[in-house]
Amino acid sequence: MSMNERAADTLVIGGGLVGAAVAYGLLRAGESVTVLDEGDVALRASRGNFGLVWVQSKGDKMHEYARWTRGSADLWPEFAGLLAQDGGIDPDYSKPGGIHFMLSEEDLEKKRAQLHRLHNSLEGQEYGAEIIDREQLDAMLPGLGPDVVGASWSPHDGHASPLRLMRGLHSAIAAKGGRYVADAKAEKVERDGSGYVVRTAKGAFRGDKVVLAAGHGNKWLAPSVGLDVPLRPEKGQIIVTERVRPLIPMPTHVMRQTAEGTIMVGDSHEDTGYSDASTSSVVSDIAKHAVRCFPALGQLRVVRTWGAVRVLSLDGFPIYQESATHPGAFSINCHSGVTLAGAHALALAPMIARGRLDASLDAFHSRRFEHATAH
Amino acid sequence: MKTYDLVVIGAGPAGLAAATEAAKAGLSVALLDEQTAPGGQIYRGIETAGAHRTAILGKDYAEGRDLAASFRASGADYMPGALVWNIGTDRVVEYSGNGSSHRIGSKAILSATGALERPMPIPGWTLPGVTTAGALQILLKAAGIVQEDALIVGSGPLLWLLAAQMVDAGCPPRAVVENLPKGRMTAAARHLARAMRAREYLVKGVLLMRKVRAAGVPVHRHATELAIEGETSATALTFMARGKAHRIESASIALHQGVVPNQQVTRLMRADHVWDASQHCFRPKLDGSGQTSVPGLYVAGDGAGIGGARAAAMQGRLVALAIAGKQDERASRLSAALAREGAVRPLLETLYAPAPEVLAPADTTIVCRCEEITAGTVRRTVDLGAPGPNQIKSMLRTGMGPCQGRVCGLAVAAIIAARKGEDPQVTDYYRIRPPLKPIPLLELASFGDMAAE
Amino acid sequence: MPRRIDPEGKSIGFTFEGRPVAAREGDSVAAALTAAGLRDLRDSAVSGSPRGIFCMMGACFDCLVEIDGIPNRQACMIPVTEGLAVRRQRGAVEVRI
Repeated sequence: MSMNERAADTLVIGGGLVGAAVAYGLLRAGESVTVLDEGDVALRASRGNFGLVWVQSKGDKMHEYARWTRGSADLWPEFAGLLAQDGGIDPDYSKPGGIHFMLSEEDLEKKRAQLHRLHNSLEGQEYGAEIIDREQLDAMLPGLGPDVVGASWSPHDGHASPLRLMRGLHSAIAAKGGRYVADAKAEKVERDGSGYVVRTAKGAFRGDKVVLAAGHGNKWLAPSVGLDVPLRPEKGQIIVTERVRPLIPMPTHVMRQTAEGTIMVGDSHEDTGYSDASTSSVVSDIAKHAVRCFPALGQLRVVRTWGAVRVLSLDGFPIYQESATHPGAFSINCHSGVTLAGAHALALAPMIARGRLDASLDAFHSRRFEHATAH
Repeated sequence: MKTYDLVVIGAGPAGLAAATEAAKAGLSVALLDEQTAPGGQIYRGIETAGAHRTAILGKDYAEGRDLAASFRASGADYMPGALVWNIGTDRVVEYSGNGSSHRIGSKAILSATGALERPMPIPGWTLPGVTTAGALQILLKAAGIVQEDALIVGSGPLLWLLAAQMVDAGCPPRAVVENLPKGRMTAAARHLARAMRAREYLVKGVLLMRKVRAAGVPVHRHATELAIEGETSATALTFMARGKAHRIESASIALHQGVVPNQQVTRLMRADHVWDASQHCFRPKLDGSGQTSVPGLYVAGDGAGIGGARAAAMQGRLVALAIAGKQDERASRLSAALAREGAVRPLLETLYAPAPEVLAPADTTIVCRCEEITAGTVRRTVDLGAPGPNQIKSMLRTGMGPCQGRVCGLAVAAIIAARKGEDPQVTDYYRIRPPLKPIPLLELASFGDMAAE
Repeated sequence: MPRRIDPEGKSIGFTFEGRPVAAREGDSVAAALTAAGLRDLRDSAVSGSPRGIFCMMGACFDCLVEIDGIPNRQACMIPVTEGLAVRRQRGAVEVRI
């Protein structure tokens, strides 16, 4: 097998939103980077991202995650600006605040208690979500259905185009001199002196460090660098409508209007293994829920539905870790590739460039699963 | 939910013949078609076209009458106005009709959804007044409308058929502008001996061309650098031919570059497809009985590879007989006739292969009409490393508009393949997702309840 | 200009942008508009560029018009009936809440 020229400072395995954001951040930190990716048809959870940059309700059971998420949301404005500047593609980021609808008084009270709990344990800093009643909601978002009794609202929530983010990251990677190789699924990761060599159908690639950002692929790549990455698949399905004039001024947890004018409606949670097939019964339920929340959506035509497989750890929170046995080897997994893109590029990547994750990320190590049961 | 032995999608020659044959063989059959009357595109309006229109459309068109009549008498359930928008892996067919969605079960499905016109992206092709040649022919078949002073541009048998029909209708085109590269006749000639087995097609072709010329229609050959002018609608076609720049004014410009299989259903079902290098298109991989790699999903007609209306009907019958388990002497006779029918294809495919210029549009030319994405943007994104049509789709929205890639799919795949220097078989095609055509969200929302009943 | 070749046919009336248009029985909306010389059916939702009929067989979604208040309908797939109100679309459609 041919050795593929020079060694990069870092090899990133995976060219989805996670791998591309980290690669971009590494390039910004002055490293030379090679991104190895699969081909045109792969699981690619990034293609199924809903596009929320979402803070509220994240990290109820893991406060470090709440802080990390909020930190990423705070980095997003800067990140979006840098990306547009470096790659020429604006990821259509905006932060008008986000809404999570409540369809019963009971749910509303539960949410109120959750927010209260978080507020107390996080010293009121990170969340900033509040409960709003129907009247306040109507002033923000006219046209809701009668079943919506209220909502939680957070000014830290926003949204971006996952598609333009992906394109923007790849443009910026190219502009910064990064190397991206598709059709190069990592088959093997091996030690190579003080660095690593990754074997692919496109040849072998060398790097001083290696970052596993291969989504579900991390599960079987990780042991070769002394890491354990327990993951489970979860299917989500999304509906997208035809383009319409501005209708929904802010993202919500069930629907958001893209900058193009289409309306995305989600989300579902299914345990169907690695299947990404669209299924009408689930999609019909999603549609029904959306129409219940916002009846005018019923008039719109559905242009496309699709399914994708989320990459979930056993507790649903991200895994960030470096190998104790293989210096310079890292693994990254999360299912919020858009929300966390800011943190991945501007906070995580600099740590990897320095060769060490900060202690603030210790909580995200997979050792937390050693005594855990599935979420 | 009602379950049929066979659900046929599409009421063109393949679908009509298959449904008729299967019903005759005793199978329970449903035929779903989006149009309101049988015939498909080739026999569009066949039950309603009067004597005058039928005379203009010709003898081949009139053959559709018997097909439609036999189908009407066959006992198969006919569901016109039914838009099939999804097929489950369990072969449940989901369709929209009269404002709501329904589902029927099937033991076997025949996709007989025919052909689409190959995309012919040239500058200005999105302007009003520019249509496909097929569109002008449908206007003629279905409504008896002919465009005066139209320009017929491109290549392929349909181009000449349409031009001749317009002559017969008393509205000859202003000109025929053919974009075949030089040397095609010579290249095609090596298939002549084989094509003589189906020589009536060759004779027909020559007669059509003769008729168009005899009517005084100017014919420009080997045209290149085709472009359409106009601000708010098409006003003229410009091109190079015989080393000279030409400009012909017309408000109606019809483009044609051959037809290709409509892959939407078979791609939705994730059947295996193969790149047909002779026809320059993908077609589903089929076994001897017309079955795809997805058990129970069959294809007949142009959707299986372009063969024309007669071949489509024969294939439809053969698939129906295979599904009914009647591999008798009649099936052998049909197979022999089908082989003879196909004898002319290698010649036609060599002669009328798409012009290189059409497969490699200029950087500034729009290829995805819905999302208005240019060829250059696709190329630049391939250069970023995007490995194929689905990543390109994710990054650029090509194929994400309401047409679901029907118009741009092959053009985008060809651009990617050329840029990467790889075989189109490797590049492959868009993954198709439901709904096959847009349906209202409210209809989808109500569908779950109906399906449970 | 387009011309009708059939000597006769039952006439049906509908409107385009509020103005009366004569159709024949069996016409699709797109065919009737074409026969009346009406070609500019909408401005695209992406760039506002003008569009008209293209494939006439329901594949391209270029002939989208508003029919009886419902936008984005394929003019080539809908038969004309007496009194249909057809309108042009200018850019993306507006949803009424």
